[in-house]
Amino acid sequence: MFEFIQRALGFKKDDPFSSKHAAKERLRLVLVQDRANMSPSTLEALKEDLLQVISHYMEIDQSGLEVSLSSEDESVALVLNIPVLNIKRNIGTGVTS
Amino acid sequence: MGEVIVITSGKGGVGKTTTVANLGTGLALMGNKVVLVDTDIGLRNLDVVLGLENRIVYDIVDVVTGNCRLKQALIKDKRFETLFLLPAAQTKDKTAVSEEQMKELTNSLKEEFDYIIIDCPAGIEQGFKNAIAGAERAVVVTTPEVAAVRDADRIVGLLEANGLSEPKLIINRLRPLMVKKGDMMDIDDMIEILAIDLLGVIPEDEMIVVSTNRGEPVVLEKQARAGEAYRNIAKRITGEAVPLMNLDAEGFVSRLRRLFGVG
Repeated sequence: MFEFIQRALGFKKDDPFSSKHAAKERLRLVLVQDRANMSPSTLEALKEDLLQVISHYMEIDQSGLEVSLSSEDESVALVLNIPVLNIKRNIGTGVTS
Repeated sequence: MGEVIVITSGKGGVGKTTTVANLGTGLALMGNKVVLVDTDIGLRNLDVVLGLENRIVYDIVDVVTGNCRLKQALIKDKRFETLFLLPAAQTKDKTAVSEEQMKELTNSLKEEFDYIIIDCPAGIEQGFKNAIAGAERAVVVTTPEVAAVRDADRIVGLLEANGLSEPKLIINRLRPLMVKKGDMMDIDDMIEILAIDLLGVIPEDEMIVVSTNRGEPVVLEKQARAGEAYRNIAKRITGEAVPLMNLDAEGFVSRLRRLFGVG
């Protein structure tokens, strides 16, 4: 009831459950993708490139690799989830300099 | 030499044409010589918003193809001697005018007028490219909705890619009561998201519908809140520093009355 009165009188602001908050968060995420032009195919290409580089250093479960953009609080992050199967013994010599 | 300002939005229906009509009239009200150019070829609307639909003889396509002289196509406003409209063609499509032709057109208009305001069509295709071709300044109109803001962001990117850096933002149809309840994005939210400077905020106002019905821009209504907002923006365009108007239409008492169903 108290909350209802607060809302009705317009005293309540920055409510994380408000529809405005939802609008802002959804926009933030969609704009990151729009601005970076991150279409699903671009993300797929990024995944391919990452695979190549990482497999110089370690053996990974390629089918379990996840690449996504996620929005948390005030920032947007590129999130990689890479299951490592085995780390190569001679690290550092994998990439030609 | 005049200044060419394009009014864009990306999404349709957010109030571009209404904004062009009102800012143009507002600038003329201040004594400026203004021409409004409707580049929404095939979907002509600025003429009806201004109440000038019965006076059209020639249009923008006639001018750029040399079918008539520029002066013949310019329609003088009913109310202001210094306000003119160059209407869009209704029977052609967006490819009837090229970017080169638009540049030539705006260059000749600049010699005659203080402000050339271009009403851009919705979308990001050829019509948009034509509309911004001759512009020196850009204004992006949006409403506090997810779809409109997303499209506005896209437009900001495209404007900047085409050399129109630092476009200014107009937030249209803001509803202060909904903002208060947390059910609508507020001014700061939108500035933060779009990361561009604010030119003005127009509150939702039924008078817009009434004045558009009559073909009389709301900027001429002394009492209308949207009219006041447009007068302020017109002043800002000329370089005057005008503070944002107080958007709290309803006071505490009327809110209470509404809450208890008496008002």
